Amino acid sequence: MDNWTFGITMTVVGTGATFLILGILVFVIGLLKRGFPLSAGPNQNEKAKGA
Amino acid sequence: MLDGFVMALSGLTQGVRFVFTFQGLPNVVMLGVAAVLLYLAVKKGVEPLLLLPIGFGCLLVNIPLSDLMDEGGLLRFFYDIGISTEIFPLLIFVGIGAMTDFTPLLENPKILLFGAAGQFGIFMTLLLALALGFSQVEAVCIGIIGACDGPTAIYVTSQYAPHLLGAVSVAAYSYMSLVPIIQPPIMRALTTQKERLVRMPMSAASTVSPYTKLLFPIVVTAVTGLIAPKGLPLMGTIMLGNFMKESGVVQRLTGASENEIANIVTLFLGLAIGGTMEGHKFLRPETLAIFGLGFVAICVDTGAGVLLGKLMCFLSGGKINPLIGAAGISAYPMAARVAQVQGQLYDRRNYLLMHAMGANTGGQIGSVMAAAVMLSVLKGFGMA
Repeated sequence: MDNWTFGITMTVVGTGATFLILGILVFVIGLLKRGFPLSAGPNQNEKAKGA
Repeated sequence: MLDGFVMALSGLTQGVRFVFTFQGLPNVVMLGVAAVLLYLAVKKGVEPLLLLPIGFGCLLVNIPLSDLMDEGGLLRFFYDIGISTEIFPLLIFVGIGAMTDFTPLLENPKILLFGAAGQFGIFMTLLLALALGFSQVEAVCIGIIGACDGPTAIYVTSQYAPHLLGAVSVAAYSYMSLVPIIQPPIMRALTTQKERLVRMPMSAASTVSPYTKLLFPIVVTAVTGLIAPKGLPLMGTIMLGNFMKESGVVQRLTGASENEIANIVTLFLGLAIGGTMEGHKFLRPETLAIFGLGFVAICVDTGAGVLLGKLMCFLSGGKINPLIGAAGISAYPMAARVAQVQGQLYDRRNYLLMHAMGANTGGQIGSVMAAAVMLSVLKGFGMA
């Protein structure tokens, strides 16, 4: 593969994939926050028990 | 008898005589470089944990006729057990994970995207390196300086271009420490006064549950590992450290990872990198080119981060300060502090630090992800 093809492919795929994966992570973090809202955390349960 | 004395003295003065020959000149120059590195570390406080052992390793390996990097030599031993095997950067990542608090990022997940923009310099530098005549794998290793992430740069370079390891790692660590000098002019040039004054209030109460913090490292490891498995050692170790920290049940291991293990490994890693800076191998035009390209990489990273910040500012109706985009690199927490300081230059009551910290931790994930993607693409090309 010549340098030009290699460089452009790496740049397009590298930038695109990095954005895509981090975008997926943003979505997954959103799901985590919805699935486990603050009140459901272990510390809150402990606090509730203590109270 | 006299012959014996002459031979003994000749052996003793061999090193001194070598210094005054043309062949010894590169070693003399590198002794000067070692002195500069030690001066920067001791007197100027520039990344002393790394630059001090690197500088001393450079000093040791450039003392004429020293055999510390030859087979069985001390520095060669550190190099073989930690760098050739890629163990040292990974152990450092466990410590970094144990030290990092991802809460600011979890509070506002969208700013993770700054961590992707902050890697743009990697790919621009890769193209420039190819244009300057470096081979394809060398260009990948030089581009990775733009990750602003020492362990990642060492991990990738030790695999694909070990002959560039000294230059790439010294450039990466030097530019990381120069972030407070390099970034502000670019941040000012790319933003308007109005944008710099945007306030980003932080909610007083946290919105992130302990379960979310605990599951975050596992989910990140699984998602990124499935997509770019070649980068799993990097992401897996950083997330292992963070999972230990968030679990709270292995405080001894967490403490050891962020203190004893990280300290010992940093010492050996620095010495081994210094050992690769032998004059005859280091003093080449390519080294200067690598330093120049590294500078370009960090400038482009900063510019891309700020430009994405401007876009997000526009799309959010002026709710995001573009200055925090510059923190989307891996130099943690320096880049976040730079964003905070720059914001407060224009409005002393503007507290951007927590948002910038979020972008900065996003930069840590982004840099590892960019490296993982590059390694996976190389594998796809049949080059890994």
